[in-house]
Amino acid sequence: MRSSDARRAPLGLRAAAWAVVAFLHVPLALIVLYAFSAEDQSYVFPPPDLTTRWFAVAWNDRPDVWRAIRLSFEVASYATAFALVLGTLAAAALARTQFFGREAISLLLILPIALPGIITGIALRSAYSTLEIPFSFWTIVLGHATFCVVVVYNNAVARLRRTSPSLIEASMDLGADAFQTLRHVILPQLGSALLAGGLLAFALSFDEVIVTTFTAGQQTTLPIWMLAELVRPRQRPVTNVVAVVIIALTFVPILLAYYLTRADEPGAR
Amino acid sequence: MTALAAAALPPVKPHPVSDFFYRRRALLVLLLLVPPLLWVGVVYVGSLLALLANSFFGLDHFSGQVVREFTLKNFAELGTGANLDVVARTVGMALAVTLACIALALPVAYYMARYASGATRAALYIAIMLPLWSSYLVRLYAWKLLLAKEGAISWVLAKLHLSWVLEALLATPVIGGHSLSFSPLGTFIVFVYLWLPFMILPIQAALERVPASLIEASSDLGARPAGTFWRVVFPLAVPGIAAGAIFTFSLTLGDYIVPGVIGDSSMFIGQVVSLQQGTAGNIPFAAALSLVPIVVIALFLWGAKRLGAFDAL
Repeated sequence: MRSSDARRAPLGLRAAAWAVVAFLHVPLALIVLYAFSAEDQSYVFPPPDLTTRWFAVAWNDRPDVWRAIRLSFEVASYATAFALVLGTLAAAALARTQFFGREAISLLLILPIALPGIITGIALRSAYSTLEIPFSFWTIVLGHATFCVVVVYNNAVARLRRTSPSLIEASMDLGADAFQTLRHVILPQLGSALLAGGLLAFALSFDEVIVTTFTAGQQTTLPIWMLAELVRPRQRPVTNVVAVVIIALTFVPILLAYYLTRADEPGAR
Repeated sequence: MTALAAAALPPVKPHPVSDFFYRRRALLVLLLLVPPLLWVGVVYVGSLLALLANSFFGLDHFSGQVVREFTLKNFAELGTGANLDVVARTVGMALAVTLACIALALPVAYYMARYASGATRAALYIAIMLPLWSSYLVRLYAWKLLLAKEGAISWVLAKLHLSWVLEALLATPVIGGHSLSFSPLGTFIVFVYLWLPFMILPIQAALERVPASLIEASSDLGARPAGTFWRVVFPLAVPGIAAGAIFTFSLTLGDYIVPGVIGDSSMFIGQVVSLQQGTAGNIPFAAALSLVPIVVIALFLWGAKRLGAFDAL
């Protein structure tokens, strides 16, 4: 609903909008500042002195951080791989079809992120307990893949709807069979949307804590490590450094995903 | 002519599998759907059914083992005073957070949809999307730094000679507490911060579809800006607001980490569920309690559907 005349927004509205944006970002900036703070006992503001010492400490002396990062990375990789396959299949089936029960199926796919994480968590936990499945790497992956499917599905469905069906018809008219059309026409069209969906699914899994606490048992993923530090801080400066690393690690896939799918947004020009 | 064209094209070799599915689209769709439906159906719906079943089981308090016999004891326990308090506190917080998110999201969404263009709009979109996807725990941690007694908020207020405002707020019953990071007010602020992007984006999507001429027509017909906002823009934003409210409401209802890290010792539904399944090992009661958010959200979704929320997702 862009205004046709190049009118500027009223001052109050502009100020309110930018104030909210600042509200969203100042806390993140503050974490970066604290990572360099020389104070290691409290959260005193402003930091009395700045140092890069804690980056070295986190890098060299904390194998527990590295183990947690490694486990999160592995879980996210497997969860993303499962989600990519399942989400793409579901998108291919539902993008341009109409049949009885279609709405129910798409609701079912969205349900794992629409319901609070704690319900997904306790549901999986009671299923594991009822079936007497012991906690393992795969019990975490199973939970993560379930709510990552919808992210891939959303991206793939948006792209498939935007891709003209006449492209596929043209390919078939020119003599390609379904597999050749899939390889030379559909997949190249879908590629960047799948990459974006995969990146977001990865970021989602890498960061997930609520479901994970119910499905991990004694294993420590990076978010579970972070949660433990939040509840009982062990070495605050190291936590600050890890927080900055997480910000850096998650911003990259999110920004990449945004640039890959910009054109799929409904309001995009 | 036709002979020429046919000669120019490479010979088409029929592919049996491809041809088979080309003629049977329904079968193809079915086959594509089988793996994702099996996964979601078995893993997720199966787990939900296990949850439902567990809520009717009992617990042997001596052995700590789940007794697989039908009982309604868990639901009777839900009706006791302490548990009702927990439910009321959680639902109240979820409603307050949702209202605050609507109030903060409307100006940003309206500004983005109507005035911002080109680079500004893209920058705003990224500025809102980044926190939405970035780490929940890190963002919570940032508020632990901000709200601490010696932290940035107290420092800024002290510099502005406004510490008395903070003290007055903390002395207020119900919302106040020992310090910002140990008060319901702190919990509320953090919830609003965490879920705000989930409210902004759907409202912006809803307002994006409103033609500018509608606003112009309203002012041409003599409405003041405030009148236009409340009588034209706001009603058209309602589907977006409802869609955003589903997120803010459901996320607050199910969260158990925020009130544990920032807040006083009063419990929220999520915390009780987490404690019961963890230290107490009482999965049946945890299961019964977690049905409460499901019922509340189902009611909420039903209301949101009537407001057209699903068209704005």
